[in-house]
Amino acid sequence: MAVPLVFFGLFFAYPVAAIVGRGLKTQDGWQFGRIGEVLTQPDIADVLWFTTWQALASTVLTLVIALPGAYVFARFEFPGKQLLRAVVTVPFVLPTVVVGTAFLALVGRGGLLDEVWGVRLDTTVWAILLAHVFFNYAVIVRTVGGLWAQLDPRQEEAARVLGAGRFAAWRRVTLPALAPSVAAASLMVFLFTFSSFGVVQILGGPAYSTLEVEVYRQTAQLLDLPTAAVLTLVQFAAVGMILAVHAWTVRKRETALRLVDPGRTAHPPRGWAQRSLLGGVLLTVALLIVAPLAVLVERSLDAPGGYGFGFYRALQDAGAGGGTFLVPPLEAIWNSLQYALAATAIALLIGGLAAAALTRRAGRFVRGFDALLMLPLGVSAVTVGFGFLITLDEPPLDLRTSWILVPLAQALVGVPFVVRTMLPVLRAVDARLREAAAVLGASPLRAWREVDLPLVRRALLIAAGFAFAVSLGEFGATVFIARPDRPTLPVAVARLLGRAGEMNYGQAMALSTILMLVCAVSLLVLERLRPDKTSGEF
Amino acid sequence: MSTTKKIAGAALAAAIGVTTLSACGGGDAKDKPAGASDAPKSKTVTLVSHDSFNVTDTVLKEFEQQSGYTVKVLKSGDAGAALNQEILTKGSPRGDVFFGVDNTLLSRALDNGIFTPYEAKGLGEVKPEYVLDKEHRVTPVDSGDICVNYDKQYFADKKLAPPQTLDDLIKPEYKNLLVTENAATSSPGLGFLLASVGKYGEDGWKDYWSKLKANGVEVVDGWEQAYNERFSGSAGGKKAKGDRPLVVSYASSPPVEVLYGEPKPAEAPTGVSTGTCFRQVEFAGLLKGAKNEEGGKALLDFLVSKKFQEDMPLQMFVNPVVKDAKLPELFTQHGVVIEKPENVAPQTIAKNRDQWVKAWSSLVVK
Repeated sequence: MAVPLVFFGLFFAYPVAAIVGRGLKTQDGWQFGRIGEVLTQPDIADVLWFTTWQALASTVLTLVIALPGAYVFARFEFPGKQLLRAVVTVPFVLPTVVVGTAFLALVGRGGLLDEVWGVRLDTTVWAILLAHVFFNYAVIVRTVGGLWAQLDPRQEEAARVLGAGRFAAWRRVTLPALAPSVAAASLMVFLFTFSSFGVVQILGGPAYSTLEVEVYRQTAQLLDLPTAAVLTLVQFAAVGMILAVHAWTVRKRETALRLVDPGRTAHPPRGWAQRSLLGGVLLTVALLIVAPLAVLVERSLDAPGGYGFGFYRALQDAGAGGGTFLVPPLEAIWNSLQYALAATAIALLIGGLAAAALTRRAGRFVRGFDALLMLPLGVSAVTVGFGFLITLDEPPLDLRTSWILVPLAQALVGVPFVVRTMLPVLRAVDARLREAAAVLGASPLRAWREVDLPLVRRALLIAAGFAFAVSLGEFGATVFIARPDRPTLPVAVARLLGRAGEMNYGQAMALSTILMLVCAVSLLVLERLRPDKTSGEF
Repeated sequence: MSTTKKIAGAALAAAIGVTTLSACGGGDAKDKPAGASDAPKSKTVTLVSHDSFNVTDTVLKEFEQQSGYTVKVLKSGDAGAALNQEILTKGSPRGDVFFGVDNTLLSRALDNGIFTPYEAKGLGEVKPEYVLDKEHRVTPVDSGDICVNYDKQYFADKKLAPPQTLDDLIKPEYKNLLVTENAATSSPGLGFLLASVGKYGEDGWKDYWSKLKANGVEVVDGWEQAYNERFSGSAGGKKAKGDRPLVVSYASSPPVEVLYGEPKPAEAPTGVSTGTCFRQVEFAGLLKGAKNEEGGKALLDFLVSKKFQEDMPLQMFVNPVVKDAKLPELFTQHGVVIEKPENVAPQTIAKNRDQWVKAWSSLVVK
């Protein structure tokens, strides 16, 4: 527990507290009066209201659309499942500028919907909500589906043998088992949509603004630190409240589960009901996720003089960006992979230790710690980035120009995923198994290795996948830190998009497509890495 | 353990010292004593800038060879964010020189006192109208004009003359054609707002924007969306089926469309409405608390040298500020010279910027 605490203290709590303090403290002492002043501004009240309701709506919509997906991915066996699971995670890593663009091509003016039915969503809040589903589909499918696949279906069958109806059996047996992970996943989706930045900026236009957008504007553009500080505190409070609700629901429902190998629970769909469910989910995924991605690929190939790889070839050339890059943009792939690997390792270490600590101990202090770990998801990247600048400026911690700052910042966002994915599984491990091991003379470490590890291995890999994807796609904090000679993929895309001209635009699309492929391939590799191939599900 | 680390560190330092020394070549030994221990510190000069900073590799290498310094560049975010980071780290800067504060933000930088005065060698060659700070806390490096761009094809097809002035933009024949950026979050957006302030005054601009709104101006958040998505004249906009033939961009955007066209078109697909422009001037300055002041001064001299000034247009798509710097053919052929851009004094901007932006937001966006 000490390691995660120190990590968070040093790289999160301290920088954020420092920047908030800078905003609220003047020579005359603390200015808490500012809080009331800012909150009573009508603009800010509007922002708060919009932020909250769009996040709620997005979360509900995502659950409605993605839960059937989670079920299908957990229980059905069908060709291309592994690939598709990687594909739905791809939106997660893509720069929002790029995806927003692709999304507009479908739902905006002259888009698919417009041409077929004359429906345009680009000026409505529906575009924002759908884009949020697009981005967060994977959160539900991977966290809920991951656990669902390991629930023993025989328990439900047993209940039905004992006379329960299909729905009653599901409600009494499966739902309680799933509830913690549904709650955890919804919480993540809520946090993501609550702190939504790029999607709202691009699809909502300047008329809609979330807290996160406002914090960015106040900090990076206006340097109005007092207002930014107040808004950051408001985000803290909101996240705290969400976490409190979440902790309450989880504690009510938590039970030790009988987890089984996912390979044994999945089967090919049987009967028309299951087949049409599968078909429906596949259609949803095709329309909502694959179609926008396809637009991107199409644009990256739409080179002058016919379709081809012209833009991709140009990426190998440092001069092609007109000096936008000191190195060929292609090298950004290698940079991104290195950063993401380092960040994943840090996130797994810190998150794993934290999750283990959280399962073993209880009490108010631990719950507080649990909340602290989630806070980075609810705090804007610009706050963290600017906090780094004013705190990590003295040796031995003058890390402001060091490469390590990039994976550190990325790991901050990855850790909550690791903790959230692993906790439900770890908590569900029957403590009696550990006790039995201890009674038989195993050391705590050995007990962990023999009892917990085999059971959580899958959760660990899912967590690693998330942490990796988050790191690969992280832009907000990285853009302040990334060294120009070593841009990451999203930073490189943003640089290319910042310039006029066909070659730059095309290269940005090509690089985004590569980012997408790198992500999908990495996730596939990660899933293949599972140690016991024989009992694997494929 | 720690001793081995120290030894390794010293070895590394020595190695770096040796390589930088050998890189300087003969003849050019500057006044510094060649002590290996302090070599890495005094031989590196760090330039902090925004994402748009660029220089041709060979030009930079030449400076490094002549001065004996190794240049390290740190880019951090857009122009506003980069400057704000410097203000936050005042006294303990990440680098020696900051490049990228423009006239819309100049007062913020000067009021916060982040720069040490230094009169760059070669400042005499800089056009005097750009030397806005008499104490030389900042040195002008480039200028660029924010102007409405138009889609030539669209106006040719419609047999309609493209608008040339701000007044034209509120005429009925140009209804629903213009897309601009959010003045609160985008620097071209702010520049266009300031152009209207320059032209119609501190009282008249609101009236102008009411008319512009009535004439169907569309506001999006950033330049990327406006230019690559909504504007029908750009390469990106064509692919995204953009339908706005007028966009707020830069006077240098048409040459860029030519440069990155594939194959390069004989003529730029877009044009510039010359009576809609606001001139941005970008400055650099020596940071207070710089670890390498001497190197920083040399770097500032380099930024106003003819070599750098003539390299700049094709790297950052801005204009030189030095009197006799030659423009590349691409600019002379496809670019336009803006004779009379609108202007607002930096002090006036500083005093009113936030209030103007706020008023603009409630008038145009809400």
